[in-house]
Amino acid sequence: MSALTVAVQDSTTMLWREIKHSIRLLRLLIVSAILVPIVMLLLFDYILGGTIGRGLGDAARGAPYVDYLVAGIIVMTVAGGCGPTAINVTMDMTGGFIDRIRTMAISRGALLAGHVGVSVLRMLVATAAVTGVAFLVGFRPKASVADWFAVVGIVAAFSFALAWLSAAIGLVTKSVAGANGSTLPLSFLLPFLSSTFVPAQSMPAGVRWFAANQPFTAVVDSLRALLTGAPAGTTPYVALAWCAAIALVSYLWAQAAFRRGTR
Amino acid sequence: MDTLTHHATQTAVSVMGLRKTYGEKVVLDGVDLTIAEGEVFALLGPNGAGKTTIVRILSTLIQADAGTATVMGYDLRAEAGAVRRVIGVTGQFSAVDDLLTGDENLLLMGRLLHLPPTVRRARAAELLRRFDLVEVARQTPATYSGGMRRRLDIAMTLMGQPRLIFLDEPTTGLDPRSRQIMWQLIRDQVAAGVTILLTTQYLEEADQLANRIAVLDHGRVVAEGTPEDLKRRMPGAHIRLRFADIASLDKAARELNQGTRDEQNLVLRIPNDGGIRSLRDVLARLGDDVAVEDLSIHTPDLDDVFFAVTSSASKENS
Repeated sequence: MSALTVAVQDSTTMLWREIKHSIRLLRLLIVSAILVPIVMLLLFDYILGGTIGRGLGDAARGAPYVDYLVAGIIVMTVAGGCGPTAINVTMDMTGGFIDRIRTMAISRGALLAGHVGVSVLRMLVATAAVTGVAFLVGFRPKASVADWFAVVGIVAAFSFALAWLSAAIGLVTKSVAGANGSTLPLSFLLPFLSSTFVPAQSMPAGVRWFAANQPFTAVVDSLRALLTGAPAGTTPYVALAWCAAIALVSYLWAQAAFRRGTR
Repeated sequence: MDTLTHHATQTAVSVMGLRKTYGEKVVLDGVDLTIAEGEVFALLGPNGAGKTTIVRILSTLIQADAGTATVMGYDLRAEAGAVRRVIGVTGQFSAVDDLLTGDENLLLMGRLLHLPPTVRRARAAELLRRFDLVEVARQTPATYSGGMRRRLDIAMTLMGQPRLIFLDEPTTGLDPRSRQIMWQLIRDQVAAGVTILLTTQYLEEADQLANRIAVLDHGRVVAEGTPEDLKRRMPGAHIRLRFADIASLDKAARELNQGTRDEQNLVLRIPNDGGIRSLRDVLARLGDDVAVEDLSIHTPDLDDVFFAVTSSASKENS
């Protein structure tokens, strides 16, 4: 068997394992990956949406706040998948399992490939479910078929980037609690310090520059433009460039951490 | 695949001058070992003696700082991939997947070993049966007892039908019954011609299972041989006679003209190999008129060996 065949076969096995894991933890994952973003959606739309919507002015383009909000909720849903991924990687690396597979003649990268692959799958499934609920509460996108393809592409790229980032975080943390804590900035802080809920321009001067130029804002803005039919300009390319950069750096970080952790 | 079988040798493991340090701490200080194929070799030693480090090096998990080692004829450094194909490792910490069922754990190993689906299903079913795990095959290990979890762990190791198995403290933390079951499973493997390197803190375990034992202390082999060799090397076999009063003790000591007196406990210890003949001889020389309260025969067990060799080694070190 060629090295490539082995790598593909082993990665598929690890993917199978992670899918089994996700099925075993389904109830937990539904709460953390799907219900939490739905609660955020409902909170911001029903409770805060009236005031925020009026305050948005031109940024809402005359549509209800929910149409503005959904792009942000999608990004929060993807980011919410970081915690479980980091935790799963940490659990594998700190238990006896990693030692067992390292004494077997299997592809070195398969374990991480499995984690990242299933992480992306989970993020996409959760995003689809949350977007479905958004339709039920009045989300009416104006995206064309081509726009929808672009939306799916950007969400997939963003998921891929964050999956590698959380895998790397999971590799460098020593405990499950640490892994969860280390992903909180990703799943909670960065979305709020971006255009997820309100435009970056409306923020205080201290954070405005950061919020306007950080990757989450590029992703949210491009999704929002595509979904609401606004001119997207170059924002989708900026978003994809950010995703590529995060994925590459995280991948290299993860590889280095994996080598260090298994020496 | 031909090259794989051609590497077969009589020597399963050959280790020369193995050294490993972590910072200032010397964990292995020049270890030499030779393990023949089909043998059960026990590494015996207290915590921190270096047992697990040897297993981790020989199972390709970590690299030694110095020394050479071949495993089933393959050079550990240059042919780590080939080594991994012929070994099976059950580490000290449970390596079962807690979110997969017992059956799925075995099938996962089968997939990672690149076994065809029919083969991996047949092997998994066979191992579940042999390891008495059929009833819990569809449950996750969360519901297992310590012994069942350990059995699943070893069954996973056996999915690849390895020719050399490393067992790092296979019965630590198990109740006596589970330990007996585990010993039997290990003996079954030996009967099938598998070479086993096991580490243990339990002298009884090494005595029960191993053909040969290396006693490890402070990263060095301080004694090596068959269990019988090690016991024979140990002075200290004796007959212990306890008397009713000091007069009897005095009389016996005079008549036997040997042994060490322990006046406080009214005990006389007479060096003796424990054989019937020499025992009869001692009793004959005592005659009928000495009142012996109690007689016991002491043969050195591995505990004596263990404490003798490890304590002398630590004296050298200090």
